[in-house]
Amino acid sequence: MNEVKLRLEGVSKSFGKNQVLNGIDLDIAEGEMVCLIGASGSGKSTLLRCMNCLEPIDDGYIYLDGKDISEPGLDLSDIRRRIGIVFQSFNLFPHMNALENVLLAPRRVLGKSREELVPQAEELFTRFGLKEHMHKYADQLSGGQQQRVAVIRALAMRPEIMLFDEITSALDPVLVHEVLDVLRALRDEGMTMILATHEMNFAKELADRICFMDGGQIVESGKTAQIFSKPKDERTRTFLKSLLVS
Amino acid sequence: MNRRAQYEARQKRRALIIASASTVFIVLALVVLVPLAPGWVAVQKSFFSWDIFVRSLPKMLDAFTLNIAIFLWSAPLVAFVGLLIALARSVTAPALFPLRVFGAGFVDIFRGLPVVLVIYLIGFGIPGLGLPRPWNSPYIWGTVALVLTYSAYVAEILRSGIESVHQSQRSAALSLGLSERDVMRYIVLPQAIRRVVPANMNMLIALQKDVALLSFIGPVEVLRQAGIYKSLFANFTPYVVAAVIFLTFTIPATRYADYLMNKQRNERS
Repeated sequence: MNEVKLRLEGVSKSFGKNQVLNGIDLDIAEGEMVCLIGASGSGKSTLLRCMNCLEPIDDGYIYLDGKDISEPGLDLSDIRRRIGIVFQSFNLFPHMNALENVLLAPRRVLGKSREELVPQAEELFTRFGLKEHMHKYADQLSGGQQQRVAVIRALAMRPEIMLFDEITSALDPVLVHEVLDVLRALRDEGMTMILATHEMNFAKELADRICFMDGGQIVESGKTAQIFSKPKDERTRTFLKSLLVS
Repeated sequence: MNRRAQYEARQKRRALIIASASTVFIVLALVVLVPLAPGWVAVQKSFFSWDIFVRSLPKMLDAFTLNIAIFLWSAPLVAFVGLLIALARSVTAPALFPLRVFGAGFVDIFRGLPVVLVIYLIGFGIPGLGLPRPWNSPYIWGTVALVLTYSAYVAEILRSGIESVHQSQRSAALSLGLSERDVMRYIVLPQAIRRVVPANMNMLIALQKDVALLSFIGPVEVLRQAGIYKSLFANFTPYVVAAVIFLTFTIPATRYADYLMNKQRNERS
């Protein structure tokens, strides 16, 4: 096993009286791909948002390369640029074209020049088959194309970890594969990735590890093959049965 | 032509005939009935004298250029102060709390007062402090009064625009590592400003009209010029001239604002 890249210890989070995360422990190794599965409302999205510090956690610790990033008052910008996140609803900036969407953060946060960034961005667009759409705006792109631009936008910051929050859930079924292909490519490069997903076949194919979440807890976590073939917990079994026609 | 199209064409023809008939009827009634009123001859003479219309028009147009000038230097100031106030009201940092209170107070005060009253208080009050020559000009203090009032409205419009930008846009921008300040500057404000352009167009039109209120504190703009001519000719026609001049500017402007508003509505749906 590689070194631990991201470690969560007893992470808890409530919105008002509603406890969304309840003592999450999780280690993610460098280059590992972990899929979070579970019903809607089980806390997958919130967990990802906490890892990116978009939501402050109430209790517990999050360590990135052994450094506590959950301590209140830390420079969040510095952490967020090392951990990219892609959302279900794409969230491209509608007033900028695809290329500007991608260039904004590296220019402002990393202070790089346009001249330096454009070739890198073009390379990413080319790799994900979007070269000819680079100068289009979000409303001129299909959902699948928008989502791929969102992935490129996150990758342009050269993050060390990528989080994907159900990124195919808002897509037309015929467009899902083009986004999953992008994830496959990232997997091949050895990117450390954490996905919340409902695409079980995809998880089965690529994930190193599966975590099944229910009621804000990781109920069961294990090697992909084990979870899908011999789930130990009753809740995991029920969930998988309800999804898979097997 | 299919059945549906035939039916719709018939309906359209019918609507057109009814609309024309009722318009002709109303216009005829006005043309016939109004002159029957006992005072019509007197009103015609004192409000619609062609001779006085022609004689007063050149100088009235001249005076209107002053309205335009005041409008032209006020509008950018309104935009600038309005933006500052809107930003002041949108800050969240606790250290800047006084700024938020100031913004809220500013908006409460200047939206809560009639424009004329602000113009009187500032236009007469501040020069009354005995300021030296250029600083007691009614142009300066009149402009200040207009700018304060209108930037309060514009700030509220901008703030509603800022709040209409969806939270997910902020999340996306923050997740890339952008600072709060950059998120506001590059993501939220550009979208917010675009959304409130039509509403602000209406504010601009209102501002253009309200420049006439400065006539109360001195500047000889078109309304005051009309007042001077009224006394000179003992006739109200100059006021009608002023109305005509205003309308030639405001009607196209309001139509344009409506067009922008409709365009935006269609884009969103």
